[in-house]
Amino acid sequence: MIPATFDYEKAGTIDEAIAALSGGGKILAGGHSLIPAMKFRLNQPSKLIDITGIATLRDIGEEDGEVVIGAGCTHADIAGDQLIKTNLPFFAEGASMIGDLQVRNHGTIGGSLAHADPGADWPALVLSADAAIEVQGNKGKRRIKATDFFTGLFSTALQEDEIITAIRIPVPAPGTKTNYQKFVQPASRFAIVGCAVMRFADGKTTIAFTGVADNAFRDDNAENAVSGKTLTEASIDEAVNAALQNVTIMGDHFASEEYRRHLAKVYLKKALQAVA
Amino acid sequence: MSTTNGLIGKSVKRVEDKRFITGHGNYVDDIVLPHQTYASFVRSPYAHAKIVSIDVSAAKAMPGVVAIFTGADVADVNGVPCGWQVNFKNGDVMKEPKHPLLVADKARHAGDAVAIVIAESIGEAVDAAQVVNVEYEELPCVVDASKAVQSGASLVHEDVPGNTCFDWALGNPIAEVDEAIANSAHVTTLEFVNQRVIPNAIEPRSYNSSYDSANDKYVLYTSSQNPHLIRLLMCAFVLGIPEHKVRVVSPDVGGGFGSKIFHYTEEALLTWATRKIGRPVKWTADRSESFLSDAHGRDHVTKAEMGFDVDGNITALRVKTFANLGAYLSTFGSCVPTYLHGTLLQGLYKTPKINVDVTGVFTNTTAVDAYRGAGRPEATYLLERLVDLAAHEMNMDPAELRFKNFIPPFDGVNQPGYQTQVALQYDSGNYHGVLEKGLEMLGYENFRNEQKEAANNGKLLGVGFSTYIEACGIAPSAVVGSLGARAGLYEVGQVRVQPTGKVSVYTGSHSHGQGHETTFAQVVADKLGISMDDVEISHGDTETVAFGMGTYGSRSIAVGGSAIVKSIDKIIEKGKKIAAHKLEASADDIEFASGKFTVKGTDKSIGFGDVALTAYVPHVYPKDLEPGLDFSSFYDPANFTYPFGCHIAVVEVSKETGKVVLKRFIAVDDVGNIINPMIVDGQIHGGVAQGVGQALFEGAEYDDNGQLTNGSYMDYCMPRADDFPMIETAVQVTPCPHNPLGVKGAGEAGTIGSTPAIVNAVIDALWSGGHQVKDIRMPLTSERVWKAMQ
Repeated sequence: MIPATFDYEKAGTIDEAIAALSGGGKILAGGHSLIPAMKFRLNQPSKLIDITGIATLRDIGEEDGEVVIGAGCTHADIAGDQLIKTNLPFFAEGASMIGDLQVRNHGTIGGSLAHADPGADWPALVLSADAAIEVQGNKGKRRIKATDFFTGLFSTALQEDEIITAIRIPVPAPGTKTNYQKFVQPASRFAIVGCAVMRFADGKTTIAFTGVADNAFRDDNAENAVSGKTLTEASIDEAVNAALQNVTIMGDHFASEEYRRHLAKVYLKKALQAVA
Repeated sequence: MSTTNGLIGKSVKRVEDKRFITGHGNYVDDIVLPHQTYASFVRSPYAHAKIVSIDVSAAKAMPGVVAIFTGADVADVNGVPCGWQVNFKNGDVMKEPKHPLLVADKARHAGDAVAIVIAESIGEAVDAAQVVNVEYEELPCVVDASKAVQSGASLVHEDVPGNTCFDWALGNPIAEVDEAIANSAHVTTLEFVNQRVIPNAIEPRSYNSSYDSANDKYVLYTSSQNPHLIRLLMCAFVLGIPEHKVRVVSPDVGGGFGSKIFHYTEEALLTWATRKIGRPVKWTADRSESFLSDAHGRDHVTKAEMGFDVDGNITALRVKTFANLGAYLSTFGSCVPTYLHGTLLQGLYKTPKINVDVTGVFTNTTAVDAYRGAGRPEATYLLERLVDLAAHEMNMDPAELRFKNFIPPFDGVNQPGYQTQVALQYDSGNYHGVLEKGLEMLGYENFRNEQKEAANNGKLLGVGFSTYIEACGIAPSAVVGSLGARAGLYEVGQVRVQPTGKVSVYTGSHSHGQGHETTFAQVVADKLGISMDDVEISHGDTETVAFGMGTYGSRSIAVGGSAIVKSIDKIIEKGKKIAAHKLEASADDIEFASGKFTVKGTDKSIGFGDVALTAYVPHVYPKDLEPGLDFSSFYDPANFTYPFGCHIAVVEVSKETGKVVLKRFIAVDDVGNIINPMIVDGQIHGGVAQGVGQALFEGAEYDDNGQLTNGSYMDYCMPRADDFPMIETAVQVTPCPHNPLGVKGAGEAGTIGSTPAIVNAVIDALWSGGHQVKDIRMPLTSERVWKAMQ
């Protein structure tokens, strides 16, 4: 449980952090996944670049019709934020279900997204919210759609020189409903199944799962079964039946593939019922 | 129980908590000695592998490395011993293969120590350990005890055929039991696994050993539950160094649950190594090492059959268990599945015929030994699952079935103790009383209606009972000696009255969370009629405490407390003689009460403090007395103590997911007289949490290659506060008839009683929904419960 030696650098600005990153190393935000991996020596970065001192990364606000969440916001920041509670209540609910108090006070949304743990909550939430992940690297800023961001087990579209700076979500129109349902892995409290649903006033419905496969994903078939239709017992059942096609479902000693599939459907149903 | 100032029985707040909760505890890892070095181990990644070669040259060249030792360096040193001899049914002595300090020939479990790297800092030690190059040749391995005994199974130790350490039986002749089972109107059969659990003390094991060559003296700081026993085993059996040259200290210890009873290889190896290098060596397990190298608990594969007559009276019990011992015999590995398990299979019932047969098996897994309850939870689980299941099968009420079969109340004074079919004689009991109390707290009549109503509303509600007994206050030396223990299990208590009347107490019991500094001080202050502030309890240091057998088996107050009381009696007796002399009376006429020695029927008295001063400043002193007021006693109990109780769980099971929610937990425990009700309540709460942990959350998972696949808190699920409702506790008091305090011990009761109550409740919930399930393997994960309903 003793990590290999590493250098440590505390960045004062995003530019400083990017400059430091060009020499190799890993970004340290909450450190809740990185530090244990280093203690197990599964990860031996030559340098840690601490971005927790960059104040602008902790902002939550509204800008150009978007809710903007700084990547350095902790789960607790988001769970307690009024703008989030008003516009994206499932972000606040989901954030409050992450880990325990210490984790929520330390872990960050940006760190969670960059790490892309298959059982993390944020990936399902940002997918369902049609968020854009704003990143910055040597070539400047760019936006990556959440649906393009998660590419596999612990893999994302983030380049080596890039840092996530913010998560941007179009401000939902009045009447939009959201819900996040989570079946927790009892030891780690990650999601065995997490299902995020956003139901817009026009009936458009987005559905995303985490915990189920190598990476979080949107379920188009389930979405198509209910989008634009009234949510009734029948239409919800249709979505449940349509869900999880062509998905390679994970199995472990807490939940086999069969059980996980069953749970995902149970939790999709709960989420859809909640926004009906 | 006579008390003089009412401290016995009072919920005094724990005096030790000030230092614990303000971060001023002093644990082994806090101790840094001059010229300290740090150790890291190279451990086998394979469960079973021949060690072809070890190349330490690269590691030796790493910065800060002081020394590296491998199995070849300690080949001539003895292994760590086992403390309890169990015999085969045919009388042969159990197989005791060497448990070496470092393995030289082959690794026998994942985590087996192959080399030790000692460096100037812990970081340098870990860095160097990473580059020790060990070439392994992987061998086929055995993980499951019931499979390891089959012919053709790979051998953990070449000289132990069938991987069988012993096959052992106890109780009535098997032919009689077979016949009784065959003649039964109903037989309930259960084949089940009592799964392996990992102790997870909050403080990992930690040792710091040093050697003073000028005086030829060693000091070992160890996170142990019994420092004297460690010194005895390490000096006499492993290293062959004289005991008086070794001081062993167990300072504050952060939990043990049994896992810190045993003499571990690392303790002896560090003590061997410190002399080799001439500098102190410290090692603290990291959490991954704790998972792999702390002795585990339970791990039984059992088939149990209970016969009944047409009225539901138990006719016989037949048990066959394969007990997984792991790769090596740990200190008490042999006695846990035998004498601490088989001897408890009478339970609370009048069962006339019992036979238990246990095969102890070596496998390529971490060693298994005592874990909170040690054998008794396994016995209780077996019996209480059988009785609840039998009630379902015979369509009888589980509480009624128990009442029908309970041994009638006996106090052990006016009525004799109860002789079981499995060697023990219970001291005193009122088993009906605890179940009646539990049912009343539950509101049993209403519950069955609520259950039906819930079932009508599509909800699965269940209640599970567990009425348990345990053998604690371990142990009467003659009895355990006859059963194979290689040491007596008495305790030592020294009471030293200082000249000013302040009292220093030295106990061989060891506190690692139990609160002895409070409980024992209550006893002493009460008996001497003085303030608790005037009493200091010391433990855990072989240099200051004469001897001790340590803390385990809920023995501290029953055995350690009794030893202290014995010394207090001697103090008072001598005090009377001193008082008689000062008061010019006969010692026979002196009474002691409320801290004063008084001449009977007069107002002539002298205070305890004055007597103490007189003892040490003997200007006017009786000729026939020695000065001083300081007594030490060895107390050897006449029998075990037998706490018992009734635990009841109410659960709700989700039909959709199988998730179990614990709605209520009722614990009615009879632990004899109680010194500090708050501490007893805390012990019950903690024990219940641990027992519920085994039922619902915990369990070591080994794959077929002998790899522990859940050796971290990401995957090994410990119970947490939000998994519990408020635990409802109550006590009944049936005093122990054979020790001076009338106490029975409370450390393990919660763990022993709770596990089957939970599983029975889930099974009951499933039956209420029409799923006639006999067993679900623990831990009852949501998936396992869901699958049982499909």
